[in-house]
Amino acid sequence: MRIVAEHLFYTYNPKSPFETAALRDVSLTIEEGEFFGIIGHTGSGKSTFVQHLNGLIRLPSSLKRSRPNRKKDSSVKTVLKVGDFDLADKKTDFRALRKSVGMVFQYPEYQLFAETVREDVAFGLKNFSSEKLSEEQIDAAVRAAVEVVGLDYDEMKDKSPFELSGGQKRRVAIAGVIVTRPEVLVLDEPAAGLDPLGKQEIMQLLHKLHREWCRTVIIVSHDMDEISENCTRAAVFSEGTVRYVLPPRELFCHAQELTAMGLDVPLTAKLVSLLHERGIDIECDFTAADFCEKVLAYAAAHPKKERDEGGEA
Amino acid sequence: MKDVSFGQFYPVNSFVHRLDPRLKIVFLIAYIVAIFLATNFYELAACALVLLLIVFFARIPIGKVLRAVRGVTFLVLFTTALNLLFYKGDTVYWEWGIFCVSFEGIIFSVFLALRLVLLVVCSSMLTYTTTPVSLTDGVESLLTPLKWIRIPVHALALVMSIALRMIPVLMDETSRIKNAQMARGADFESGNIIKRVKATIPILVPLLLSALRRADELGDAMDARCYTGGDHRTKYKKLRFTWRDLVAFLLGAALIAGVVLMRIYLPASY
Ligand SMILES: Nc1ncnc2c1ncn2[C@@H]1O[C@H](COP(=O)(O)OP(=O)(O)OP(=O)(O)O)[C@@H](O)[C@H]1O
Ligand SMILES: [Mg+2]
Repeated sequence: MRIVAEHLFYTYNPKSPFETAALRDVSLTIEEGEFFGIIGHTGSGKSTFVQHLNGLIRLPSSLKRSRPNRKKDSSVKTVLKVGDFDLADKKTDFRALRKSVGMVFQYPEYQLFAETVREDVAFGLKNFSSEKLSEEQIDAAVRAAVEVVGLDYDEMKDKSPFELSGGQKRRVAIAGVIVTRPEVLVLDEPAAGLDPLGKQEIMQLLHKLHREWCRTVIIVSHDMDEISENCTRAAVFSEGTVRYVLPPRELFCHAQELTAMGLDVPLTAKLVSLLHERGIDIECDFTAADFCEKVLAYAAAHPKKERDEGGEA
Repeated sequence: MKDVSFGQFYPVNSFVHRLDPRLKIVFLIAYIVAIFLATNFYELAACALVLLLIVFFARIPIGKVLRAVRGVTFLVLFTTALNLLFYKGDTVYWEWGIFCVSFEGIIFSVFLALRLVLLVVCSSMLTYTTTPVSLTDGVESLLTPLKWIRIPVHALALVMSIALRMIPVLMDETSRIKNAQMARGADFESGNIIKRVKATIPILVPLLLSALRRADELGDAMDARCYTGGDHRTKYKKLRFTWRDLVAFLLGAALIAGVVLMRIYLPASY
């Protein structure tokens, strides 16, 4: 499903001292099949944006009123479409939408509630199915979801979700979202609070899901390395607007602007610019593997400077 | 901080906001006493006027004040209806079994409703204009005499401030969990009452767990900072009486005196 957002505005607690303009004119198109990244400094509106995608935040009913300077941009029209769902239309079937857009919130393990893993994963499944599912159907679907996130179903199914480890809980929570086989999977900071190995495993899991389960995967992240290693394209949010939408390799050519927005650039981009200062120009797509290769190629071509890059790589 | 308006601090900088919390608490009590002492509409009107002035000086929007009242609409309507139907007056308009509507009954129930509304508005004015922290500081300071009879005032005040502090946090948490479950297709709005109560389980369980986790963490954090209780603790913000408090004190005293004088000199009537 293709996601098209044009001129989204959103303000929390309008007309009160707590008023916060979270989105100010966000326009963004995410194609079907992408592994899309959304990065931005804290408070830049990433979570607010992704919550629009499955209708948890509805577009304001009268679009004009929510706009600060309505005269100036009365010509712009807010559009938000997810596949065939038109979210600006109040008659849209939001249940069907939520079924096709799975949303994994930050720290999803804190939404587990059921007595057993099986019950918890089946929660969404039961909610979304129109007719009553048989136990076998539920079992099959839950088994598939639990196994695809890399857990052993027979061992897990009767355990309490609260006696699992943090990483396992997170996997169970993700299984609880993908069990309905959404076409789009949105994850808000999926790797937050995990150790490096855990992060890597979660990212591998997301790639697997992207290949086998969900056509489109959208992740929100602070971590530039995560974005550069994994995403096909990334959008940079800053103060409620989208600054860039580029593939990571092009994005990190704007290293200075990113730093000014309070974002870090990936280690590889830093190394490239450090090497550039020393007169070594390396062009790579900023993934660690490609960087290494290019450096080695460079080293082979310029044997004299071997010592320099040896240290850095 | 979504829709947490009832009884929450409203951050503007006003005369009332900057008053000493102890004074505000004492006034609230005095004001409540005045409302209950008032027996006719003159006195109640005087109280209402004072309250309006306070609202004005506190720069709280009227909508916000009404929001506080909306929370108790049901209670007000319920008591008004009861009084209306059961008050035994002389000028009876309508009677049916044990129910009767009389002129006096109408007057009395309107009077009570006004009293309740004033009560709610004045208490919410305290919480609108006073941060939880200074509120508890005020309470603690006012209750100091109880320390002499070995009541752990400081601990009580701390409990109160933590509870107040946690309301918005838990509200936030609730809306987050609710969103997460809605994303998994949970439906909190439809179905009969049993279904709806059942539908809250996916919210309540994680909420309870998170509250417990937070309590645990808070306890650890306090331990880590060597918190041992009230004795020998110094305060970052000391409560101090200023000219504002003096002005407010005089105004308030005048109000109370006014109500008492009205009791004495005005004929008791509606
Ligand atoms: N429920 C809410 N009520 C009021 N304001 C909110 C709420 N949620 C977010 N905001 C505000 O909206 C702005 C954008 O928040 P959002 O959560 O979208 O940021 P974010 O980019 O996801 O940040 P983070 O990286 O910290 O998760 C922030 O200024 C935040 O304070
Ligand atoms: Mg966020």
